[in-house]
Amino acid sequence: MRDRGRIITGLAVFVAVALAPVWQAALHGAARRPDPKIVTTAKQCVEPTAAMRRDHMELLNAWRDTVVRRGQRTYVAADGKTVTMSLTGTCMKCHPNKKEFCDACHNYLAVSPYCWECHIEPKEKS
Amino acid sequence: MGQDRRGFLKLAGLAAVCATARESLTRLAGAAETEPRSSAKAPKVRWAMVVDPRRCLEQESCTACIDACDHAHNIPAFTNPRHEVKWIWKTRFDEAFPDQDSRYIDPALTSEPVLALCNHCDNPPCVRVCPTQATWKRDDGIVAMDWHRCIGCRYCMAACPYGSRSFNWEDPRPHIAHEDPDFPTRTKGVVEKCTFCDERIDRGELPACVVACKAKALVFGDLNDPDSEVRRLLRTRFALRRRAGLGTQPEVFYLV
Repeated sequence: MRDRGRIITGLAVFVAVALAPVWQAALHGAARRPDPKIVTTAKQCVEPTAAMRRDHMELLNAWRDTVVRRGQRTYVAADGKTVTMSLTGTCMKCHPNKKEFCDACHNYLAVSPYCWECHIEPKEKS
Repeated sequence: MGQDRRGFLKLAGLAAVCATARESLTRLAGAAETEPRSSAKAPKVRWAMVVDPRRCLEQESCTACIDACDHAHNIPAFTNPRHEVKWIWKTRFDEAFPDQDSRYIDPALTSEPVLALCNHCDNPPCVRVCPTQATWKRDDGIVAMDWHRCIGCRYCMAACPYGSRSFNWEDPRPHIAHEDPDFPTRTKGVVEKCTFCDERIDRGELPACVVACKAKALVFGDLNDPDSEVRRLLRTRFALRRRAGLGTQPEVFYLV
């Protein structure tokens, strides 16, 4: 064990780097859970909030295919309520604050849906 | 009686054929049975357009239909003419009808530009070549586009004999004069074309160009309805179709 010093230093550096997320969290505090801001006065979204939170991406995908491929533009919710299937026309009318609503979680989770490469996002103040 | 190896294999093969044949035979019979049933189901509506070039020419250098379309669909105006994006545009008569011997046709018609747009062919070559089914023919005859699925291979542009398809060689966003938030833009690397305003038709409205035309030179209607305006016009007047000899069955008609 002639190289004891070097080996132990190397191991220490490796452990420190490998555990970076742990001590980073200890130093700066764990990342805060995003809190998307809901500005609408409507009591409920198209479907109940829990379902929307969990499945909104599936719902939007289904809307996209139903509108574009089948030309049907009216959605019948589980409770019988009907809405027009439109991202900019329906979703963003109640949630015009894309930065505080959509982006809050998407940035936290590092997902980047490409909706807005084509669909025009609502105008926001800065 | 002793069973030799040869006889055993023959019997086993016969048994295997008998075991599988029933299912595949019934499946074949079933397919033959369902095929004509699905094709016999006639579509209710078949949208088509009739262009009256004489009425169009009454309004000299009018671009109302083109402007309305550009505005309704966020069509970019690229500065490079080779990157031009066209949904409905004006072209020379002999370019629109290259197979038409126009020597003795009224020069008032042939010397002036004529409106061109996607023909929404009944037998669309663009649909046949699209590898992702990003373009397809709807039940009402509209050759629609799903820009979510377009991968920008441009096979459809090569297949279309009318040049009705345009490619976004650059990001279109900075080149759109007035963005309409109710309609998406496209991205770089996506093909686009006239969609007969399928989004307006689904809402029960007429295409934007038809509404915008002051001269009533564009008539839109259902070919399957014998009492529709398009059928009345096609009954009473002679109409050309662009390059009809190619067998694409274009559904935009030009009255002469």
